[in-house]
Amino acid sequence: MKLELGKIYIKDIRFGDNTEIKNGTLIINKKELEEFAISDERIKSVTIELARPGESIRIAPVKDVIEPRVKVSGPGCIFPGVMGKVKGVGSGRTHALVGAAVVTVGKIVGFQEGIIDMSGETAKYTPFSETNNICVVMEPVEGLETHDYEQAGRLLGLKVANFIGEVARNIEPDEIVIYDTKPLLEQIKEFPHLPKVGYIHMLQSQGLLHDTYYYGVDAKQILPTLMYPTEIMDGAIISGNCVAPCDKVTTFHHLNNPVIEDLYKRHGKDLNFVTVILTNENVFLMDKERSSDMVAKIVEFLGLDGVIITEEGYGNPDTDLMMNCKKVSDVGTKVVLITDEFPGRDGKSQSLADAVPEADALVSCGQGNIIVNFPKMDKIIGTLEFVETMIGGYEGCLKEDGSIDAELQIIIASTIANGYNKLAAKGY
Amino acid sequence: MDTTNLQQKDIKRGETKMKKIKVVHYINNFFAGVGGEEMAHIEPEIKPGVIGPGISLQNYLGDEYEVVATAICGDSYFGENLSDAKSKIIDMIKIYEPDLFIAGPAFNAGRYGVACGAIAKAVQDELGIPSITGMYIENPGVDMYRKDIYIVETAISAADMRNALPKISNLAKKLANNEEILSPIEDGYIERGIRVNYFHEKRGSDRAVDMLLKKMAGDEYITEYPMPVFDRVKPSMAIKDITKSKIAVVTSGGIVPQGNPDKIESSSATKYGVYSIKDMSTMKPEDFMTIHGGYDRAFVLKNPNLVVPLDVLRDMEKNGEIGELANYFISTTGTGTSTGNAKKFGEDLSKMLIEDKVDAVILTST
Repeated sequence: MKLELGKIYIKDIRFGDNTEIKNGTLIINKKELEEFAISDERIKSVTIELARPGESIRIAPVKDVIEPRVKVSGPGCIFPGVMGKVKGVGSGRTHALVGAAVVTVGKIVGFQEGIIDMSGETAKYTPFSETNNICVVMEPVEGLETHDYEQAGRLLGLKVANFIGEVARNIEPDEIVIYDTKPLLEQIKEFPHLPKVGYIHMLQSQGLLHDTYYYGVDAKQILPTLMYPTEIMDGAIISGNCVAPCDKVTTFHHLNNPVIEDLYKRHGKDLNFVTVILTNENVFLMDKERSSDMVAKIVEFLGLDGVIITEEGYGNPDTDLMMNCKKVSDVGTKVVLITDEFPGRDGKSQSLADAVPEADALVSCGQGNIIVNFPKMDKIIGTLEFVETMIGGYEGCLKEDGSIDAELQIIIASTIANGYNKLAAKGY
Repeated sequence: MDTTNLQQKDIKRGETKMKKIKVVHYINNFFAGVGGEEMAHIEPEIKPGVIGPGISLQNYLGDEYEVVATAICGDSYFGENLSDAKSKIIDMIKIYEPDLFIAGPAFNAGRYGVACGAIAKAVQDELGIPSITGMYIENPGVDMYRKDIYIVETAISAADMRNALPKISNLAKKLANNEEILSPIEDGYIERGIRVNYFHEKRGSDRAVDMLLKKMAGDEYITEYPMPVFDRVKPSMAIKDITKSKIAVVTSGGIVPQGNPDKIESSSATKYGVYSIKDMSTMKPEDFMTIHGGYDRAFVLKNPNLVVPLDVLRDMEKNGEIGELANYFISTTGTGTSTGNAKKFGEDLSKMLIEDKVDAVILTST
């Protein structure tokens, strides 16, 4: 399966009369977009606000971040099974507005939304301080039930992203990257001397408000399955979860999965990247056992030499991570894990909730418990009303002048456990 | 920076030059020259000036430092009278008003290592001054105290004294001057097991691919986080007669009275709360809520009995299936809470449960 990803670099955003791209600037017709966005009776109002890198802006509570894309040719649409009919995606041509991001903002669903700072010391921890952000600030109707609110917000973000993505349909990309993965037997034949490598992508599926969707299917209900790596670039996977902000795999991160990107970089040179295995992180022990058994079976069946495994969330999913690691190691395949750490504010406790001796090769994306200082910002998009009860916040953490002391985990994607960032941790 | 600040700094520097940094050194019976095993019982004492390895230590520390006194204690005495020895030694040290405390080094001497670790930690905690020691990596004192104090890594025996002392004095000076302490390898101490963030030049996924290629090729690679070891708590003996037992509920499900009076965090809890259920037959949603940030709260907000099963327990109490229910429950948030904090909570709240003659607890998690 071959996908041409046309990248259109967005260097600035502003409001204007027509929604379009001009010389690398994304122009948004505010009124038009707000009117388009407000079509769900569960949402009372939508306001679009812009945030650029370097501005004195704090965005909170952030729910999801989405890179606008459009399917130019090939089957399906962006976010198949959710924003359009179900159709296998990952081939043909897709355009992406690289450097732009749709950010959904609104009062909290369940403590688990986070903060993005566009400047200052804390900006360096989130990739979204470097994107030009179209913030979709939503107000739910009075008394809206939590799950309905989450769903309405999720769909609203995707809808706005696709609306904006549409402007890139007829634009000549600045760069075209071709990703190509052949059917298994052919792919193995193409580089017979290189080690066969797979990526085991654990989707957050702890349930209600901790969900991920694959072609519109709740990941709780999937059995481990195979995916061409390019499918994810067309939005086959979306985030529906409210897991702790720091290791939230936003929809943006699914579209731009760093493990897939970096395995492709070495594809045909140092390794043969043959497939992605999708699995889940359900809370019942029987589900954990079943899914990890199946992951190991698929790995053995395909004859993979090595795999990288990533998780989403911490605590409970650590058990899935360790089961996958152990069982895949037991079938003779080499395993490297990527995760983040939660050793307490003093950094002295165990960083993970579970451990197996087979987990002897692990990449750390940093520890989320250290307290960081968030300087005062000139402008708040959204509200700071919930900061003290958001994950990473605590009583008294919000100061009168609007500055905050909170655990790093309150920042969106700051310790994301798929290796997107450069943040790491070491033992002192 | 304006000139007044500069001037103040100069004055300060001048002062430090005039006033030496005062150091107290701790050694055991053997290094004090009192005697070997036969003298391991000697009680703590303190003598002005340097003794034994202190002479050399003073040389490495240099002119700006003065080892003002040396505390001595027998290893057996220390081990057998831990709290007594610690408080006696601290009282003796206090008089000298030291700025820095150095114990050992103990190399691979087990009891001496434990004593050095214990006294260094106590001095640091109680006198609030930097404390440091040195040991061989397999000394039992290392695992006991590495998280609390800096332990410089030494070789196995005292033959390494001339290498160990300069390393200890270098790190001690950095601590005394409040300089930034670098990584264990750079500054020569045994890893304390404290996880510290930094920015790597490569992103995590890229490093994972590198590590996987090495692992598949059979080349050497270094994991970024060696697997931790967990405490395993032995379950206590089974209850003999549950119909006569007093039961309490302890939960990590974040149930608190409406409004969360103790402001327990929704994640990474630093505290727990004790809440009355006296004369209540059920957990009413208008009285209780959950602040847990790790699960979907919707159902529990409607019915807090799902996490603190007061309704069922009251029925059982009435029917004589359990003896008695304690008139409170204890609650914290489990999600993201460090094992260090969890252990502290457990040690603390179990005292109260024992005092209240609770025979068994039901732990509910979410």
